[in-house]
Amino acid sequence: MTALIAENVSTQAPAPAPRPQLRRRRSTRYYLGRIPVALAIVVILVIEIYPLFWMFMNSLKSSQEFISAPSWWLPQEWKWENYASAWEQGNLATTVRNSLLATVPSLALIIVLGVAAGFALEIMVWKGRGTVLLAILAGIMVPGQMILLPLFTIYFNLHLTGTLWPLIITYVGHGLPLTIFMMATYFRAIPREIFEASTIDGASILRSFFSIGFPMVRNAVFTVALVQFFLIWNDLLFAITFANRRDLNTVQAGLLNFSGEYGQLDYGPLFAAICITVGGILALYLFLNQRIMQGLAAGAVKG
Amino acid sequence: MKSVLGDRRAIAILLGPALAVYTLVMVVPVFWSFGYTFVKGNPLEGFRFAGIDNFVRLFSDPDIGAALGFTIKYALIMTIGQVAVGYALSLFYIFVLRRFTSALIRTLVFFPVVVPTVAIALLYQKIFQSAPRDGIVNELLVNVGLGSVDWLGQSDTAFIVIIIMDLWRSVGFYAVLLFAGLLDIPDDIIESARIDGARHWSLFRHIILPLSLPILLAATIFSINGTIKVFDSVLALTGGGPGNSTTPLTMYMWRTAFAFSDYGYGSTIALLLTIMCFLVTLFIFRSARRDNTV
Repeated sequence: MTALIAENVSTQAPAPAPRPQLRRRRSTRYYLGRIPVALAIVVILVIEIYPLFWMFMNSLKSSQEFISAPSWWLPQEWKWENYASAWEQGNLATTVRNSLLATVPSLALIIVLGVAAGFALEIMVWKGRGTVLLAILAGIMVPGQMILLPLFTIYFNLHLTGTLWPLIITYVGHGLPLTIFMMATYFRAIPREIFEASTIDGASILRSFFSIGFPMVRNAVFTVALVQFFLIWNDLLFAITFANRRDLNTVQAGLLNFSGEYGQLDYGPLFAAICITVGGILALYLFLNQRIMQGLAAGAVKG
Repeated sequence: MKSVLGDRRAIAILLGPALAVYTLVMVVPVFWSFGYTFVKGNPLEGFRFAGIDNFVRLFSDPDIGAALGFTIKYALIMTIGQVAVGYALSLFYIFVLRRFTSALIRTLVFFPVVVPTVAIALLYQKIFQSAPRDGIVNELLVNVGLGSVDWLGQSDTAFIVIIIMDLWRSVGFYAVLLFAGLLDIPDDIIESARIDGARHWSLFRHIILPLSLPILLAATIFSINGTIKVFDSVLALTGGGPGNSTTPLTMYMWRTAFAFSDYGYGSTIALLLTIMCFLVTLFIFRSARRDNTV
């Protein structure tokens, strides 16, 4: 059933919204009727934007201002130094680098392995593929806690604990089930005849995969990559378990430790650190919001 | 032709690596973790066989009761909240707002979904702060004449803050998911119901609600599966406190394993959590199948 939903979501997303209301005449009554709608919009805007605005304003205040003035006042002088000290004390250069070093290789591996596996499970015809697909699907439900301790033991015994490898390996293995499931769904929409035709033209099945199958699901690959990017970037459980040393912290873990060390003393830099974290994602979101919304809805099994 | 698509060497090359990684990182650890439930200890100090001690402890541990209670209460309230508020928002997007405003609000409400949870949790800590200085919520309460509340210092108000924060953080996602489902309802069905005289409430009650039941069910499954595993937002917002009143199973498991170095008992809690996830999913799929056949 989930397969059906994922398909629906992915295929219809760009369709224009239907307009069920019949066009009414724009009378005074019509505009009076729109007042509750306008109010609702304002309420939603306030709930969504004000906390972020409040956070930004507070990131520019001096520590003295937090004591002397209410928090909703605008900063008396804009203290941009907070950002410098957040970057410095919060170790942000290191945490961003670690997050990138863990996320980018994981994403590349997940995509390569996941697309190939999705192709083998959906386009190729062999006995037992249904069972294998089901076994992989079951992995989507398994909570991270269930694999945490054995993995920790393994990494400890392999002496991998002082590196980012445990994170990368875990992210790839944990991200694969959803990726394979989504890719299998996308491949299902492509008729097998296309690949049969290409083999008649003399291409081996591996060649057909690389030069026909992969390009045909390019868009889907991008969607899956976005979903996995956010799952990995926003992961906290594995990050604080396998990389809890300060020099290995990812953005999430680093922010948590920063708040524990400095958050009670110095509010300005803490707010600034939160702003930087949110701002980085916002920049990405401004460009890709439609793709992100569509993609995450398609990958919804993860909840 | 079947022979080409059934080429065993190609299947091995394409599927092999993924299957190997999946087996090593997911399948083997799941069984390994199951093995841990019968031992006591950790990799540094070594393990010793404990029989079914961990399971006996699981059923007599009062902290498990509290953690399980919190997880169930949180999962129930959050699932209802996410699906209900998400559904209300999706109806608002599709039937009330114009195309441009709808896209704008949709995009805006969705944004917190992709923001790192720790950042949001720390922001909410400050919003609901009471000491040493009031946060914005308490300032508001004081200004309208109510006293300030120690939000994160008491277990029931801390729970309320967790719910408010996680709803704010995740509801945009459910709204978009349900919005996508509502788009699938064919226009002509709604149009003909209108011609037959169905208006606002009756149109919703008799046409739109029944047609959106499948997607509502799907949203419920996703929601429960996510909320049962709640970890990062609670860890960053309350740290499980005050006391351990807001400690979910996931966090209790993590503490047991890493703060108290008890891998055996930690794995037993993880097993309980895994079984819960499977049961919930199975249960919902079962009832879904029954609905479809009627």
